[in-house]
Formats: sequence, C-alpha cells, structure tokens
Amino acid sequence: MDYYTQWKAMISSGEEVTFWQDFYVKFYQAFIEADRWKQYLSGVGTTLLVTAIALIIGIILGVTVAMLRTAHDQQMPGRRNPLLGVLNAVCSVYTTVIRGTPMMVQLLIMGMVIFASSRNFTAVGALTLGINSGAYVSEIIRGGLMSLDPGQAEAGRSLGLGYFDTMRYIVIPQAFKAVLPALSNEFIILLKDTSLITYIGGKELLYAAQGIYSRTYEAMFPLIGTALIYLALVMVLTRLQGKLERRLRESDRR
Amino acid sequence: MIVVKDLHKSFGDNEVLCGITEHIQVGEKVVIIGPSGSGKSTFLRCLNLLEVPTSGEIIFDGVSMTDPKTNINEMRQKMGMVFQHFNLFNNLSVLKNMTLAPVRLKRMSKAEAEENAMALLRRVGLADKANAYPSQLSGGQKQRIAIVRALAMKPKVMLFDEPTSALDPEMVGEVLEVMKELADDGMTMVVVTHEMGFAREVATRVLFMDGGGILEQGTPDEIFSHPKEERTQLFLSKVL
Repeated sequence: MDYYTQWKAMISSGEEVTFWQDFYVKFYQAFIEADRWKQYLSGVGTTLLVTAIALIIGIILGVTVAMLRTAHDQQMPGRRNPLLGVLNAVCSVYTTVIRGTPMMVQLLIMGMVIFASSRNFTAVGALTLGINSGAYVSEIIRGGLMSLDPGQAEAGRSLGLGYFDTMRYIVIPQAFKAVLPALSNEFIILLKDTSLITYIGGKELLYAAQGIYSRTYEAMFPLIGTALIYLALVMVLTRLQGKLERRLRESDRR
Repeated sequence: MIVVKDLHKSFGDNEVLCGITEHIQVGEKVVIIGPSGSGKSTFLRCLNLLEVPTSGEIIFDGVSMTDPKTNINEMRQKMGMVFQHFNLFNNLSVLKNMTLAPVRLKRMSKAEAEENAMALLRRVGLADKANAYPSQLSGGQKQRIAIVRALAMKPKVMLFDEPTSALDPEMVGEVLEVMKELADDGMTMVVVTHEMGFAREVATRVLFMDGGGILEQGTPDEIFSHPKEERTQLFLSKVL
C-alpha cells in the first residue's frame, strides 16, 4: 500500500496525522491522482490559445481603430473625407462602450445573449476578450502616435511620402517602441483575464482547477497551483518584453 | 517657378498671413527675414502645403498646389524641405533616412539610391556616418544630413525653415557652408533665417515680413544698407 492511500485512510478515520502527511495527501489529490496534472496542462493550453487569439484580434482591432482615429484627427482642413468621419464615429462608440462596461458583463452578454446557442464557449470567450482588448490597445497606440514629435511625420510628408508610407516606415516603428511597456501591461492583463471565461464555460486553467476542487473538496492546492502557473506565464511574458525592448533600443545607442 | 496669389492663413481667429502675393523665379535665392510671429515659417510651410492656406492660390511648376485635385505627394517630391529641428527619422540609419523616399516612391532602384546617397554624404563630409543613427550625431551633422536627405529626391526647389536656429553657435558655420555650396550650384532656394550674414552674401532677394505680410523687399544691399520702412530699420538695428 502506498503512502497516499495509507495516510488518506488515516485522515478519513479521524486519526491524527502530521502536517507533512496532510500536505502530501492534499497535494497528491490535487495534482497526481487520476492524472489530474493533465487537466491543468490542457487548461494552460487553452489559456494560451485564448490569449493568442484575443491578442491577435485585439491588435488588429486596436491598430485599425487607432489609425482611423488619428487619420481622422490629422486631416487637412478643406480636404476632409466624409467616410473617415463616419468610421471615426463608429470607432468612438466602440471604445466608449467597451471601456465603459465591465468585462464580466460583456462576457456574459456575449455568452448568454448574443451567442447563446453556441456551444463553443472557448471561442466566444476568445472573441469577447479580443474585442475588449482592442479598445484598450487602440487607446495605447493612439497615445503613442500622438506622443511622437509631429516633425517626424512632417519630414516624411515633405519628402513626398504618402500618409500610409509615413505611418508604416516612420511613425509606427517609433510609436511602437514608445508604447511597448503599456502594451505589455495590456497583454499581461489579457492573459490573466482569460480566467474570466470560466464563467461562460470556457475550459481554461481556472476551469480545470474548479473542476478538480469540486471533486476533492479541497480548494487550496488547485487554486494556489493555478496562481503559480499564471505567475510563471506572466514572468515569461515579462522576460520576452525585456528582450524586445533591448532589441528596439538599438537605434538609441550613442 | 512658385507663384503665390493673395495667400491668407488663419489659425482659428488668429490671422497669421494676410494676403501675400509673390513670384519666385527659377534659380532665385530668396531669404525671408523678420521678427518672430511675423508669419515667415507659416508662409514657407504653406508653400509645400504642410500648412493648408485658408484662402489664396499657390502655383508650383505650373500646377496649382491649392487645388484639391492636385496630387500633393507628387508635387512635394519636387520640393525639398529642411526643418529647424532637423527631423531626421530617429528609427532609421543615416543611409536609410536618405534612401527611404527615393526607393519607396520608385524614383530610383535601391542600389542607385544608395549610390546617390553616398555621393551626397561624401559631398558634405559625412560618408563615414552612413550607418550611424541620428542619436549618435551632433546637431550640425544632423542638419547637414537633413539637407542631403532632401537633395536625394533631386528637388527643383529647396525650402529652409530656420535651419541654423537650433544649432550650437560653433555648428552654424558648417551648415551655412553646405547651403552656400548649394546656392552656387544654382538651386532655387527659399530660406527663412536669422543669419543676416548669410542673407547678405547668398540672397538674390530679401523679403522682410512683419504682421503677416511682406513689408519690404529688395536686393540684400537695398534691405540691409538702405531700408525704407521704419519697421525694417528698427528690426535691423536690433539684429545687426
């Protein structure tokens, strides 16, 4: 008979056990029994997948919205484009609504109302997170675009480069460097916010942990384990951010 | 080459240019002087439509710049501009700064553009800086590169917006030297500056601006030695 079965029997029969015996039993229950670690692993997989999908949606939406709004604000008087005016209004409503309502409520509306008939909770969750993130990313990027010395864009335009070429080769690379810390912050928040999709049935890491402690009636180990996994993931992201920043700083060398 | 007809420019209620009419001929070196706030820079920036005139017309090379149907980007390729704060692209090396526009706008192949850029860099004595980034250069070096960056597009006219005002005094000379050489090569130039020595030496015509209009103009000798207007005399007595 192994220690786990032995000590578990002692606990259930009310016998006194040491702290470490108790610790071992709970740890074993939370992670090893019935190969439960596989559930965390697949949860982490889903978490990363949802983060990646939401990130891509968020960046595409965010960059598009930021570009449209900046383009609208920087039009030459007398050459205003009415289509840009409409798009700017749409973008403005989007950021206002998304930033003005709680993420949890957005998730529930998407999961229970708009996609109520969908069974693919993870995809709905990823989509919602992406749409949510886009609103914040757009404001971060807009801030970066506005923080850049207008002389940079003017120099590009004075050479005859068009608006989009100037953006692509001159403004965006510099703005990106400036907003990288804020953007990383947003991505870290996004990674952690994927835990919210548990509430609409998305099978990510926290969902796995909840499933386990609802069977073992022992919440501490699954939850602390989950917290440690998130922490480790965020630390990896932070390392990547540091590396990227060092690479982008190349043109600042003196 | 550049015809300006009754140019007005307002920022909100503030009228900065109140009706400027001016002809700039091929090969002329026009120097614009005047007190700050007189509209010199705004006038220059209107010429390539970095500022959009409130009313009036600007015709460059036979094409109306102010016509909404005109392809502004195409016209700007023929007008080089040099800024007070250099505005080199901070994210690009010197060589990239100079080749981006010619290559991107399909004026030259990459190899041609690089060859052309290196020749220009050699001309201003900065060939060894081709792979440096702007943050590694002094102000004078940056401005010389800004000048050759504009020249890399082979423009028909060069606009200078206070090119030496942001420089340390000891670096002014090297930039003015490049501009003088350019003038000697026959480039059409419009220069806003406070360097009266340069104006006297290089200008074919000096415009004195005050209060959003051209108050007085003439040869350097006429303006500097025999100014007619009292305001011009007052200004010159302070700066000379």
